[in-house]
Amino acid sequence: MQIEGKVWRYGDNIDTDVIIPARYLNTFDPAELAKHCMVDIDENFAKNVKAGDIIVGGKNFGCGSSREHAPVAIKASGVPVVIAASFARIFYRNGINIGLPLLEIGNDVEKISANDILKIDTATGTIENLTTGDKFKSQPLPGFVQEIAKAGGLINYIKNSDFK
Amino acid sequence: MGMTMSEKILAHHAGKNFVEPGQLVICPLDMVLANDVTGPPSIKEFEKIGKPVFDTEKIALIPDHFQPAKDIKSADLAKIMRDFAHKNKIKHYYEAGRVGIEHVILPEFGIVAPGMLTIGADSHTCTYGALNGFSTGVGTTDLAVGMATGKSWFKVPEAINVHLTGKKAKYISGKDVILTLIGKIGVDGALYKALEFSGEGVFELSMTDRLTISNMAIEAGAKAGIFPFDEITKNYVEGRVKKSYEPVAADTDAKYSQIVEINLSELKPVVALPHLPENVKNVEEVGEIKINQVVIGSCTNGRLEDLEIAAEILKNKKIHENVRAIIIPGSQAIYKEAVHRGLIDIFIDAGCVVSCPTCGPCLGGYMGILSAGERCVSTTNRNFRGRMGHVDSEVYLASPYVAAASAILGKISTPAEI
Ligand code: SF4
Repeated sequence: MQIEGKVWRYGDNIDTDVIIPARYLNTFDPAELAKHCMVDIDENFAKNVKAGDIIVGGKNFGCGSSREHAPVAIKASGVPVVIAASFARIFYRNGINIGLPLLEIGNDVEKISANDILKIDTATGTIENLTTGDKFKSQPLPGFVQEIAKAGGLINYIKNSDFK
Repeated sequence: MGMTMSEKILAHHAGKNFVEPGQLVICPLDMVLANDVTGPPSIKEFEKIGKPVFDTEKIALIPDHFQPAKDIKSADLAKIMRDFAHKNKIKHYYEAGRVGIEHVILPEFGIVAPGMLTIGADSHTCTYGALNGFSTGVGTTDLAVGMATGKSWFKVPEAINVHLTGKKAKYISGKDVILTLIGKIGVDGALYKALEFSGEGVFELSMTDRLTISNMAIEAGAKAGIFPFDEITKNYVEGRVKKSYEPVAADTDAKYSQIVEINLSELKPVVALPHLPENVKNVEEVGEIKINQVVIGSCTNGRLEDLEIAAEILKNKKIHENVRAIIIPGSQAIYKEAVHRGLIDIFIDAGCVVSCPTCGPCLGGYMGILSAGERCVSTTNRNFRGRMGHVDSEVYLASPYVAAASAILGKISTPAEI
């Protein structure tokens, strides 16, 4: 997938409680969750995010609760990809499983600032910062996890393969 | 080459003699768990797959987060899970009044055992590592696939060997051990890895201490937090676990990515300051921090021994006039035993709120939500921004000793200060 979008930049240890606070977990409707996405850290996000915008975080993005409501809320906000120095493992799995590409790029995140425009190819993991001219590459997904991502998520994958 | 406990459990389930870190394996699951928040979306995904549940006895659906229902939407969530459980004849589904917090219930009912491989749509599923099992948190889609196929994929983790020595001093509990460890290695110190505990210090820790420690492995980013099997494990599971089980031990030549030494005799009562579990300080060093609320409960510290500790400190004492102290037994059996042993009398005489078993305020659900600027000392496991209520409220994580002492003095304190 080719993506070009504007950056919403966040710091280290963005936890799933701030991505979608528990007070909104009495529903799992994606559109409803998107209305409250990031509210406890950035009130402007849900109001102003545009389809195609990109979230960039620091290390351990998505730590804490296993709530898949968090990547679901991000995806339903129209964000097609999240980039971070590193991801917490359950969030990472959940992203792959629901077909939200997550690109891990280590310290290179420091070369991305709020409102930069990025051009991304999720298949190859190449990222170009059109604002600064920097180019980087993310870690590739391991083995059959790539197949899950290609299928658009685990449910589609399992329908065709049953973990064979 | 030798294997760690994690590697052995994953290898055994994958039908292999040997696995190594980084390897992807597909394993059959011994138990699959969800709660009233994660269960309903899992059920929706499950229905898309179009298969029956893989085993009615290997799925546990526990209504604990917002139950007994805190509002209409939560009642609707509970109903989705209840209807699914009845329709699919799920053995381990229990109604309020016969249940408690998932990670208290699964060990207590003997649903999880040594050597078992469990996934749960809840990050604190790592709790069962205390029983020498490999258990880890996943999201709702993994859970749905687990319910349908009885399998999941795993990346074999590297392990950190947490080597425990020495004996705990008075007023030190499992909570101080795990908070100290997280303070040392940080909230991403064990990212993608397993924590494996070893050393003679392990034998100094009760099952309650171990459950608290394994519970918070995820707070260091860990995939699992596993204890070796010993007499204490055996005594705990005896009479609870009805099936045969196979404990695992790490090989002496197992390879670890790191060794962290903790001498239990050097530990002090600690507290994790807002807003990360790694902001750990000795209680003696924090100065005067006035508080508004204390919560003693949750899947981290809502067990009988935790309530006994709180009662030991609160006996014949009064809660500070500016503080609400909320006590939440983790299960009905714990609640009943606490009544029987006179602990609930002690709490009520001291001026505490005593709640039925629920997650309640731990995740900011209900039963003790904080207002802007309020501070709470809590025996729960997360002090993220807004976790227990308003984004400008503060949560301080500590042991039941420190929580109870703080409730009496109205500020963060150790029992020695009373
Ligand atoms: S008590 Fe808290 S941490 Fe434990 S399962 Fe409930 S909400 Fe999660």
